[in-house]
Amino acid sequence: MTYLAKPKLHHPELPVNALGFTRRDYEGTISTLCAGCGHDSISAAIIQACWELAIQPHRVAKLSGIGCSSKTPTYFLDKSHGFNSVHGRMPSVLTGANLANRDLIYLGVSGDGDSASIGLGQFAHSMRRGVNMTYIVENNGVYGLTKGQFSATADRGSKSKRGALNTDEGIDLAILALQLGASFVARSFSGDKAQLVPLIKGALNHPGAAFLDVISPCVAFNNHEGSTRSYDYVRHHNEAVNFLDVITGKEELTAQYGPGSVQEVRSHDGSLLRLRKISEDYDSSSRIAAMSYVQSRYAHGEIVTGLLYVEPEAGDLHESLGTTARPLNELGEKELCPGQAALEKFNAGLR
Amino acid sequence: MKPTDIGAPEYFHKVVDCQWACPAHTPVPEYIRLIAQGRYSDAYMVNWESNVFPGILGRTCDRPCEPACRRGRVEENQGEKPEPVAICRLKRVAADYKDDIRARLPRPAAKKNGKRVACVGAGPASLTVARDLAPLGYHVTVFDADPRAGGMIRTQIPRFRLPESVIDEEVGYILDLGVDFRPNHRVESLKDLLGQGYDAVFVGSGAPRGRDLELPGRAEAARHVHVGIEWLASVSFGHVTQVGRRVIVLGGGNTAMDCCRTARRLGGEDVKVIVRSGFEEMKASPWEKEDAMHEGIPILNFLVPLAFTHEDGRLTGMRFQKVKAVRDGRGRRSLVPTGEPDPHFECDEVLVAVGQENAFPWIERDAGLDFDEHGMPVLDAVTLQSTAPGVFFGGDAALGPKNIIWAVAHGHEAAISIDRYCHGEDVSVRPPPLTTLVSQKMGIHEWIYDNQIVPDARNRVPLKELTIALKDLRQEVELGFDPELAWKEAQRCLNCDVQTVFAPRLCIECDACVDICPMDCITFTADGEEAEVRARLSAPARDLSQDLYVGAGLATGRIMAKDEDVCLHCGLCAERCPTGAWDMKKFYLEMAHAGPGCRAGAAPREERAGAPA
Repeated sequence: MTYLAKPKLHHPELPVNALGFTRRDYEGTISTLCAGCGHDSISAAIIQACWELAIQPHRVAKLSGIGCSSKTPTYFLDKSHGFNSVHGRMPSVLTGANLANRDLIYLGVSGDGDSASIGLGQFAHSMRRGVNMTYIVENNGVYGLTKGQFSATADRGSKSKRGALNTDEGIDLAILALQLGASFVARSFSGDKAQLVPLIKGALNHPGAAFLDVISPCVAFNNHEGSTRSYDYVRHHNEAVNFLDVITGKEELTAQYGPGSVQEVRSHDGSLLRLRKISEDYDSSSRIAAMSYVQSRYAHGEIVTGLLYVEPEAGDLHESLGTTARPLNELGEKELCPGQAALEKFNAGLR
Repeated sequence: MKPTDIGAPEYFHKVVDCQWACPAHTPVPEYIRLIAQGRYSDAYMVNWESNVFPGILGRTCDRPCEPACRRGRVEENQGEKPEPVAICRLKRVAADYKDDIRARLPRPAAKKNGKRVACVGAGPASLTVARDLAPLGYHVTVFDADPRAGGMIRTQIPRFRLPESVIDEEVGYILDLGVDFRPNHRVESLKDLLGQGYDAVFVGSGAPRGRDLELPGRAEAARHVHVGIEWLASVSFGHVTQVGRRVIVLGGGNTAMDCCRTARRLGGEDVKVIVRSGFEEMKASPWEKEDAMHEGIPILNFLVPLAFTHEDGRLTGMRFQKVKAVRDGRGRRSLVPTGEPDPHFECDEVLVAVGQENAFPWIERDAGLDFDEHGMPVLDAVTLQSTAPGVFFGGDAALGPKNIIWAVAHGHEAAISIDRYCHGEDVSVRPPPLTTLVSQKMGIHEWIYDNQIVPDARNRVPLKELTIALKDLRQEVELGFDPELAWKEAQRCLNCDVQTVFAPRLCIECDACVDICPMDCITFTADGEEAEVRARLSAPARDLSQDLYVGAGLATGRIMAKDEDVCLHCGLCAERCPTGAWDMKKFYLEMAHAGPGCRAGAAPREERAGAPA
């Protein structure tokens, strides 16, 4: 970790966004993770995405569980709401918060231990319920805080720093999310911000359950020969299927692309996802095709990255429950306590 | 782009903006750190080795280092008014609080080497030559027309800016090296001097002639019109002790500022400075203008002097023409009359400080060296050798009026030339500077230098109360920083000599340095042409005077490009680097000084091409 505070001085020409904030205004305190941790790059990508979208920091709730990844919300958006929950329980706390106040932007940050082991059930249910959130898993394939044991996402056959082979099958959280009904599923790499930042922007704008599996090398315990989560391995086996541009309503559409190489997805808030295809035959509007493609490439040792699947007209949990459109903290006493007669009527409906 | 060659001494030297801008290349951040540690004597010695007159320069330097200071750039658009570190005034702190350092100075040579060098004039250039050569065993004779050594330092700088005791001390250190000083001895003939068998002659006679203003009434009012530098010298030697009640000072340079402030102290109640051109175009340093105005002296601009008015041989005032600045089609600026009536300002005395000229009436035109059409000696700008091989020039006498720190820089270079010349070596072969580059890493997150960046604005130097200051010509106005304030100001220094050094073969391209850098200096990107690369960095690198540090040989084939412009040298890139690909290394550069090391085996001159003369 670093003992110094990051100096407040910034580049004299640092640009400001529509709210008049610089990117530096979206930072948190200095990271206490190991030097070179991929998670710090993801934090920087979240900062960049929130700055580019001109999100008001106080309209964001960032929630996490336990682990290296779950420490990171301290390192970005220090003017936002934060909740560091119990191990693996971020999805439940987030779901509760979301039901109470649907107006905030929910960002859940978790790791492979937090989401694929102790919190696997929590992860599954938040996806299948369609909680409107951005769920980022910072996936390094090891338990870094306990010195580098294989996590549940480590590939079978990969080698630990001490040379042990992993004999258990790895969980692919992106495949799980696809299967469980998440309406925005992407995979990226902490070492490729050009790909990662637009994916985070797209996920934050997405009106349903958005899941992002970000491979994030653990420099201390999983960046060696034989690892499948090292900087070198991921760079050599990264198969990006597309490149995303997120265009919010006001911007002009000026870029020109060849026919057939671009897929445009407009969501109901007016923002546009423009997918520049790298793999010609990849179609990110089909859940089944996505699952099959990712798994077939995995069988060839490739890691598929990019926007794997998006359902632009996604709904969310509020829609299926028919909850009030207003946050609970905006309701008055009369609405929250409608009186004896209303209670009687409600009870009668249960008899 | 071509990967940066950090082995070339100029590369990291340029990053230390202050040291690069200093004509003598004083290692500024090094002595500022020593001041912060309370090691004033050590700080003084770092200065003394390089610029010879720390106490004098700490009060009077033109400070080319300060406009160059990186602090001024990094504070832009951050709320506070951007200002450089008060480098010059910190130098004074080293001089004010040092212990007795005489034991650390060179001793007079135990054995003379039999070579004799004559220096004409006892100003900063000649004294520097004497300082460098006397300890090597040279017999150095310094001639001066004045009774005491120091040259313009003593005659032209008023005592309220520079106490005599400081001059005596620092000039004394040099004369005590066994220098043969001949006061009250004006050299009247170069031929005569050359005939006395000196092995080399150094001309450091300054720019001794103040320009006069030949206007109607000048002759009639002669008794009350004086040339600035001559008048200042007369005040310095006590020949002039008072001035009229109403004084006009003509001219906008630092001499004019010294004249008006001196006049204020000699009884001038209504003192004003009048300049032809605009206030902004004045040659005086901004802080000298501020000091004058602080003492109640107005500066009137856009007034061209027309005539001295007089009555019965007494000056009554001056008439001016009002002008304005107009730009022509090609952007050239000229002053044209506004057509308003010519204003008249009453006064009792006029001080003319409109520039200085070189004068060599004592150098016969057949003495064996060439002069150019402006009456200046023809010189090699680096070696300072004239067309007569044994005659060297330095200071204002060499390339026209500059300042003390340039005179010192010339003195060092001329001393090297003289030393090589006297040993039968080619003077055009110049010794390279001595450089070292040493890692500052102490522990995982500990550095030998203090890398915390303070947000403080520049600290002001406390001044003596005006009513007291104006009563006495010898009362020093600036009180100087006390140790506490000096420490605070020293904290503003960014330690630009502690360099970010990049080892591409260790880099795993994890982006940790890019993410942590507070100034967005670092980018990993595809290679390209410099102009195009500069435009697509994390923050565009628009300041072309600042280099891009390029590292190549990365696994992905990209380059690392670091814009040196606004780097805080905070070391966070190195702290967050998991592989030690970044390290913070202290770059120390000391210019070569005359002596045996600068003779046999010295590197050829081409190797230091690019370093400013």
